[in-house]
Amino acid sequence: MKGHLYYPGCTMKTKASDYETSAMKVMEKLGQPLVEMEDWYCCGAVQSLTEDDIMHQIAPIRTMCCAQEQGEDEVVTLCDMCYNVLRQANDRMKDKEDDLETMNEFLDEDPDYEGGVEVYHLFHILKGMEDEIKDAVEMPLDDLVVAPYYGCMLLRPDNVAVDETEDPEIMEDMLELLGVKVLENPKRTECCGSYHTVNRSDIVEKRVEDIVSYAVEEGAEAIVLSCPLCQFNLDFHQRATDFDVPIFYITELMALAFGLDIDMKNHKIDPRSLLKEKGILE
Amino acid sequence: MKLKKLTRDIDFMDKVEELSGQSLNSCIRCGTCAAGCPFVEDMEILPERVFKYITLGEFEKVLEHNTMWICAACYTCSVRCPRDIDIAKIMEAVRQVILRANIDMVDVDEVDNIEELPQLAVVGCFRKETG
Repeated sequence: MKGHLYYPGCTMKTKASDYETSAMKVMEKLGQPLVEMEDWYCCGAVQSLTEDDIMHQIAPIRTMCCAQEQGEDEVVTLCDMCYNVLRQANDRMKDKEDDLETMNEFLDEDPDYEGGVEVYHLFHILKGMEDEIKDAVEMPLDDLVVAPYYGCMLLRPDNVAVDETEDPEIMEDMLELLGVKVLENPKRTECCGSYHTVNRSDIVEKRVEDIVSYAVEEGAEAIVLSCPLCQFNLDFHQRATDFDVPIFYITELMALAFGLDIDMKNHKIDPRSLLKEKGILE
Repeated sequence: MKLKKLTRDIDFMDKVEELSGQSLNSCIRCGTCAAGCPFVEDMEILPERVFKYITLGEFEKVLEHNTMWICAACYTCSVRCPRDIDIAKIMEAVRQVILRANIDMVDVDEVDNIEELPQLAVVGCFRKETG
């Protein structure tokens, strides 16, 4: 297959569609298209951490079976939470033979899952494509000053980290290829408040205030990330603060630098005025 | 919360260790977990105090504080613990002991802006806070 087998997950088709459409265009331009799986299941969003819980590993492993059935040995996600859950569940099946056996006894999929699929995040694919990315840039985003933000699920637990857990650089490296001025952001690996946005939004508002205020003090004009839940929290909950900093998916900035047309229709804080001010949009 | 049935039926520390696969006696109460926790100011007691109560078998003292529900499993403590205790797994085990007694912490009817929320937030919350 030319390109990569792509697992979307539940949010990418709705609230995070800006991420999916921009990523699709960017990867097409880079000659490594994302090809959506023929069939897939919701990953469950958060990993179940108890030793005896096989039940909540079923959906992620069913997705691995789908990849296996398509004859593929890799699955790529855009969503950080999907990456984390699929990777942890898949690694558990590879590490614990008994769990894999129990899983296969339960699953009605045929044939059994053999543990031969690897889970990757978009960043794994972009790493190693630096030359292609540099060549694809048609309009360097020279005037834009951004704070990178990783959150949790790309980096922890450390056995699934896409980069150094405490001192990641992969996002900074990608952004610099686009010409963006990248700020040092020590808050970049702190949790945004995660699913507390459902029933404890006061906690998320405090996290957002802390993360955004630091970035603004350092001079950030925007924050860049790759997680749909972080994007929602940092974007939506700024309404409880004095800030209105646009929150971009990294693929949106890549698309803009590549000269590709994107919608940016799901942003609560509209990034267009900043992009016009910087001469990036007309 | 109706919790008495739990205290009668369960050897709490054994259950938490069994579910988490972690040894609570490894904790040296250094406070590294609390020092790095982004949610610590909202926790009524620090994680190390939770561990202390568990090891003392004081289940109700754990239950009457909110610490395990404020933990969002961001794993910051787990990657920093100098004793290599996966603290996120211990918090999950404590949550599970309660949730498996059919005590839910979130009610779908009480989430007023559910259509505005991204799906992964709703799925994640209900996975962590309902049995």
